[in-house]
Amino acid sequence: MTPELSARRVIETPEGVGVAVELADPGTRAAALLIDLTIIVAASLVGLLLFWLLAPLLGTHASVALFTLLLFFLRCPYFLLFELRWQGQTPGKRMLALRVVDRRGGALSPTALAARNIMREVEVFLPMALLLTPPPNMGGDTWWYYPAVIWAGVFALMPLFNRDRLRVGDMVGGTWVVSTRRTALASDLAKAGKRRGAAAGFHFTAAQLNAYGIAELQVLEQVLRESATAINRKTKNEVFDRIRAKIDYGEFVARADVDDFLAAYYGALRAHLEQRALFGDRRADKHAAAKASTAAERRAEDAPKQAAWGE
Amino acid sequence: MADEDLASYRFRSDRQHSWRQLEALVERAERNGLARLEATELLSIPLLYRACASSLSVARSISLDANLVAYLESLTSRAYFVVYGVRAGLGTLLARFVARDFPATFRALLLPIALSAALLFGGAAAGWLITAADAAWFEAFVSAEMASGRTPAATREELAKTLFDKPPPGEALARFAAFLFSNNAGVGMLCFALGAAFGVPVVILLVYNGLMFGAMCAVFAGQDLTVEFLAWLAIHGTTELTAVVICGGAGFHLAAAMIDPGRRSRLQALAAHGRNAAVLVLGAVLMLVLAAVLEGFGRQLVTDTAIRAGVGSAMLAGWCAYFGFCGRPRRTARTTR
Repeated sequence: MTPELSARRVIETPEGVGVAVELADPGTRAAALLIDLTIIVAASLVGLLLFWLLAPLLGTHASVALFTLLLFFLRCPYFLLFELRWQGQTPGKRMLALRVVDRRGGALSPTALAARNIMREVEVFLPMALLLTPPPNMGGDTWWYYPAVIWAGVFALMPLFNRDRLRVGDMVGGTWVVSTRRTALASDLAKAGKRRGAAAGFHFTAAQLNAYGIAELQVLEQVLRESATAINRKTKNEVFDRIRAKIDYGEFVARADVDDFLAAYYGALRAHLEQRALFGDRRADKHAAAKASTAAERRAEDAPKQAAWGE
Repeated sequence: MADEDLASYRFRSDRQHSWRQLEALVERAERNGLARLEATELLSIPLLYRACASSLSVARSISLDANLVAYLESLTSRAYFVVYGVRAGLGTLLARFVARDFPATFRALLLPIALSAALLFGGAAAGWLITAADAAWFEAFVSAEMASGRTPAATREELAKTLFDKPPPGEALARFAAFLFSNNAGVGMLCFALGAAFGVPVVILLVYNGLMFGAMCAVFAGQDLTVEFLAWLAIHGTTELTAVVICGGAGFHLAAAMIDPGRRSRLQALAAHGRNAAVLVLGAVLMLVLAAVLEGFGRQLVTDTAIRAGVGSAMLAGWCAYFGFCGRPRRTARTTR
C-alpha cells in the first residue's frame, strides 16, 4: 500500500481543484520506451529491406544515403511528433496507459515536449551508443570511455534517484509522466444496503455504528465490490465474524444472510459516518471513532449535571 | 422516505448524468482526437469539465464512497488532459515557431549566445595564431581522422584539391546524409544537454571546436589559400556555425539555471530555462538541416570561390535580418495595448 501512496501527486488545475495523479512506475516507463524503440527498429528494418530492393535502381550510394536519412528522421522526431499529436503519449505510452503532464498543472506546451525529447538524445541514445561500442572496437585513446559510461549511466538512471521519478528531460521540460488507469463508476452500495437491511430486518444501534471509522468503511466497500469468488466468499465470512464480535451483534445471523448483513451494515455505517462528517466530526478510522464516541458520551453524561448546576 | 436518502446519494443521482456525458465525450476525444467532435460538443467539454471538477471537491467532503471519489478523480484528470492539451495543429505550431518563437527567444537570450560566440571564435583565433606560430600544435588540435590529409605537411595542390574536387554524382546525397549525423549536429545537441552540468563541458566543447577550426584555417593560410578556404567553408559554415553558437547559448542558459536559480528551486529554474533553451536548440537543429543541404549539394555544385563566398555572406545577412527583425510585436499592436 505504501509505495502506491507515495506515487500519488496532486496537480492543481487552473480551476483550483487538486487532481490526483499517480506517477508512472519506472519499470512501466522502461517498457513503454522499449515498445517505442521496437517500433522504430522494426520500421528501420522495413526501410532497410525497401532500400536494399531499390539499390539496383537508385545505385548503392544513394540507397545507403536514403536509408541513413530514414534512420535520422525516424529516431529524432518520433517521440516529439507523437507526443504533440497524441497529447503527451507515444504508441508505447498509450499501450501502457502513461502520459506526459505539465508539473505545475498548466497546459502541456510544445516547448516542454521539445525540451524533454532533445534531452533523450543524451539520456537514451548516447548511453546506448556507448554500450554498443565497447572499448576494444574503438582503437586509439580510450581512457575517456569509462568516465563517459559512468556519466551516461547517471543520466540514464536518473528516474530511480529522485522522489518524483523525473528523468533529466522531465526536469528540463518541467513535466512528469503519470499513469492514467481508469476507474469506472460502480453502483452506490449505500442505497442497496439500506434496502437489503430493511428487507432482512437488520438494525444497528448508535453504539454499534460508533465502532468503526472511514478507513474500515472503505475496506468493507472494497470487499463488497470484489467479484464473487471463493476467496471473496471466505473474506466476507471472516469480515462478518470480526464485525459481529466487535459490535457485539446479539441476534442470530444465518450464513446465507452474511451478504445482506454486510451490505446493511455498510449502508448504515456510511450514513452514520457521513452524518457525523457533516457535523464536522470526520472519523478517520476506528481509533478516531472510539475517541470521538467516548467524548460524545462524556458530553452526554455531563449535560444533565450542567443542567442541574444551572438550576 | 425520499428525504431519508443519504445526502451523498442524492448528490450523486443529481449529477451523474453530466458525468456520464463528459465521460463519453472524453472517451471519443481520446480515441479519435478533438477534431472529430462537433462544435457544440467541443463547447460543452469545458463546461462539463468544470462541473465535474466541482463535483469532485464536493464529493471529497460529503461522500465516503471510495469508488465515487476515485471515479471523479480519474474523470477529472482525463477531461483536464483533453481541455489543457496541446491544441494547435503541427503546421500552425511550426509556422508560429519559425515566425515568432525562435527569433524572439534568440533576442531574449542574446547574452548567453554572445558568450558562446566569444568562446567559439576566441578558440578559433587562438588555434589559428598558435598553429601559425608553431605547426607542431596542429596535431594537438585536430585528430588525424578529422584532418584526413589536410595537415601543415600537405602541399598546396593537395589542399586545393580538397576544396575544388568534384565528387561523383549521387555522392551529394550521401554527404548530406552523413552530415546530419556528423560532428556538428551532435555538438549542438550535446551543448544543450551538457548545460545541465553547470556549463563546464559546454565551454570545453566550444573552445575545442574553435581551436580545431582555427588550426585548419592556419594550415590553409600557410599555403596562401585563406580566401578559398573561407569561401569553401562559408557557403554552409555561416549557417552551421551560427547554429552551433546558438546551441552553446542554450547550454549556457541552462547552466545559468543551475548556477544561480534565484529565488526558485534549482528544479523550477531548470524547467523555466529549459523551455526557452529547447526553443533555441530546436531552431538550431532546423538550421543544421539547412546547412546540411548547403554542404551536401551547394558546395559540391558550386566550385567558384566568389559565388561560394557570395552565398555564404547572403546566408549570414539573411540570418542577421531574421534574428534582428522577425517576430517582433507590430507597432500598431503595441499602441493598442
